[in-house]
Amino acid sequence: MRHAVLLSLVMAATWLVLSGYFIGMILTFGVISIALVVWMTKRLAILDDETVPYLNIVKTCKYYVWLFIEIVKANIQVLKAVVSPNSEISPTLVKIPMRSNIDIAQTMFANSITLTPGTVSVDVREDHILVHALLKEMSNPEDFYEMHSRSAGAVSIGLKDK
Amino acid sequence: MIISTLSTVILDSNLGWTGLVQSSLSCLTIVTGLFFVFAGTIGVLRFPDFYTRLHAAGMTDTLGAELILVGLILQSGFTQTSLKLMMIGFFLLLTSPTATHAIAHSAYTANLKPKLGKHNFSKIRGGRS
Repeated sequence: MRHAVLLSLVMAATWLVLSGYFIGMILTFGVISIALVVWMTKRLAILDDETVPYLNIVKTCKYYVWLFIEIVKANIQVLKAVVSPNSEISPTLVKIPMRSNIDIAQTMFANSITLTPGTVSVDVREDHILVHALLKEMSNPEDFYEMHSRSAGAVSIGLKDK
Repeated sequence: MIISTLSTVILDSNLGWTGLVQSSLSCLTIVTGLFFVFAGTIGVLRFPDFYTRLHAAGMTDTLGAELILVGLILQSGFTQTSLKLMMIGFFLLLTSPTATHAIAHSAYTANLKPKLGKHNFSKIRGGRS
């Protein structure tokens, strides 16, 4: 029930932002579509924390701020490698251990790796991620561990130990 | 850039210092974003193999696109348009890594071996590698 209310609120906000019309007819269509989507989600039995992850919104926003700073730093590193006339790159493949078996934590982690320029997650498995890094100093497992624990914390999930 | 900034300020209804600061900031952000897009393109041309080129393209995806969107948000002020632009920015943060991962993973499963180890590409190469 809590999930259904939350999902309806988020979808209502999305509808209002995208439409911008406050006419009775259009709003009625909105209410009908939201009810339909909530009903279908309920029928698919996927109305849970994973489909409706909006309770962690503050943590997620904090994480995205941190991630954005990391993205800026990584961008500057890649930019240096691109524009300097004598640049030297050292592509590296490295296996990063996966310390969570929950789908959303794995997705957040793999997505964050790919989003940061200079590192791309090439192969995601149950127990590790294969990462291609542009520079050798970008493939330090400690940095990945920090990103892993922060991205899992953004969805309120703890990590397993080594 | 200065001329275009000034003309935006004059053509817009919000004249005055706020308008000037808003337009200048927005221009500056968009130009920085374009610089990153440009650098990403150069990287795609310069880097030696498929996987390293992905990294250069990632620069265009993240800071390039996001900075341009921030510039557009500054330009439009606090309106419905800027809320929509924020949504576009958020969706870009979700979709672009997914697409990059899909490409990289399909290359990896198709047994495309990455060039590893140190590379120095200061020399001008003739033709394609």
